[in-house]
Amino acid sequence: MSRYAPIFWLVIFLTVPLWLKDQYFLHVLIITGIFIIAAMSLNLLLGFTGQLSLGHIAFFGIGAYASSLTSVGFDVELFGVVRVVHKPWPAVAGLIIGTALAGFCGFLIGKLSFKVRGAYFIIVTLSFAEVTRLVALNWVELTQGPMAINNVPPFTVGLPGLGYVALWNKAYYYYLVLFIAILAYILIARLVGSRIGRAMVALKENESLAVSIGIDVTRYLILGAVVSAALAGAAGSLYAHYVKIIDPDVFHFMYTVTMIIMVITGGKGTLAGPIVGGLIFGFLPVAVRSFASPEVQWMIYGVFMIIIVFVLPQGIVPAVTQWIESFRSRPPNDTGPALASLATSRKED
Amino acid sequence: MLEIRDLVCSYGKVMALKGVSLSVAKGQLVALIGANGAGKTTTLRAISGLLKPRSGQITFNGHDITQAPARKVLSLGIACCPEGRRVFPHLTVKENLEMGCYLRTNRVEITKDMDKIFEQFPRLAERRAQEAGTLSGGEQQMLAIGRALMSRPTLVLFDEPSLGLAPNLVERTFEIIKNIRDLGTTVLMVEQNALAALEMCDHAYLLESGSLALEGSGRQLLDDPHVREAYLGG
Repeated sequence: MSRYAPIFWLVIFLTVPLWLKDQYFLHVLIITGIFIIAAMSLNLLLGFTGQLSLGHIAFFGIGAYASSLTSVGFDVELFGVVRVVHKPWPAVAGLIIGTALAGFCGFLIGKLSFKVRGAYFIIVTLSFAEVTRLVALNWVELTQGPMAINNVPPFTVGLPGLGYVALWNKAYYYYLVLFIAILAYILIARLVGSRIGRAMVALKENESLAVSIGIDVTRYLILGAVVSAALAGAAGSLYAHYVKIIDPDVFHFMYTVTMIIMVITGGKGTLAGPIVGGLIFGFLPVAVRSFASPEVQWMIYGVFMIIIVFVLPQGIVPAVTQWIESFRSRPPNDTGPALASLATSRKED
Repeated sequence: MLEIRDLVCSYGKVMALKGVSLSVAKGQLVALIGANGAGKTTTLRAISGLLKPRSGQITFNGHDITQAPARKVLSLGIACCPEGRRVFPHLTVKENLEMGCYLRTNRVEITKDMDKIFEQFPRLAERRAQEAGTLSGGEQQMLAIGRALMSRPTLVLFDEPSLGLAPNLVERTFEIIKNIRDLGTTVLMVEQNALAALEMCDHAYLLESGSLALEGSGRQLLDDPHVREAYLGG
């Protein structure tokens, strides 16, 4: 069954616009999908290298702003000396530039903070997000500050026979997000399944041992940060061209927290975790909105999160996997022998 | 083969090694004994590049590795089997072994070496797909040793190989280490079990609070009155 599970889910996700006619739910699904991409990128760092980025939204926001500015164009004077004028480019160029710039920022942050890592990385990412927010807020000439960048153009896709089609339609946009999400998933799966991924797991489990067997810890952490930041940037770009308006609020700390909650509840360090967590926390607001004000909503998330952490400390995906496995191995006899062997191994310790 | 001159190491203001000189000749099994805090592990950490010495010099086959990073040291042929039989608990047995030859790229040779390890430790072969954290203490020790051998070292550093193992496993572990020496790999071993270490080694050094107190063959140290008094229980 597990071999067919990915195909099963793929079919479900691919056919959504065919059976889900409610445009509002489709909208929620698109936003959720964008945040799932961001959560997957965070999971690469948090779940596989063990480094917590408390400013992950910065990369998302950089992707969003870079992509918007690339496709809207700008006209700024740098230091009152150089005048830089940029004519609007197609949105796809924005996606590429947004992704690349976010990845580059991930490289800089990683280079700066992974010499020391741990708490320092958390502080650096946290302050980096705040700095980017202040830049977006105050560099009015470039970013329009609180007036926001309006009229961000949609993606256009060249289709054979139809010419260029702008993705105004929600169903089309859903497929675009799904496509990028699948790309991101495959990229992360390939990465963590390779020797690079094993090096990341090794350094998370025992850093000094990893160093002693010749793993260049800093290099792999930076690589993780670059890929993670670039994916977050791509998610930001998708977001910007979907909502069509970007203001400094995209850098809000709450978004980072949302991503972390998605990763932790779904199960950090698992590939499916951010998807499960993302779907839950993407649709929870819809479920509670009818009877709770925004402040109460946040309290409900908090309570929900605490319950999950207490009941399923590993997250939903690992818990379910374990449950299924124990269910499978049970039939002939109970888990007696397995427990016994565990007990003897304890004794030798 | 390995030459250490006037090695000084410190953790912050605390001096761990106050000028230690020792040498390991090719093909020998050299033991480094001493009490807790004498600087045994520090010496190994300095050799393997996990700790930057304050001063002094470490040379290996003519290469100065005093300030070399761990990767460089490993690629020159020094592998390390750290204290407390450290393995990566969430990687499988096979993956743990693969991590041991992270710097090597020749798949064919790697597979050959891994088969050799599995031949030597059949228990590991049985459990190759199992997560290392589920192994017993003795099996984890075998895995840690196997992983160290996977880099095809010419010198293996063992840090307290007998620590926390059941008596029959301690004996088995020492047998394996002797076997490694007999197959031509040089061994430098740190050990608190002074009697066993001195009985099996070719040459031994005694460290006391960061300085070298005594050196000689295992036999010489076993007969030394001071060693008998302080480390062998009179």
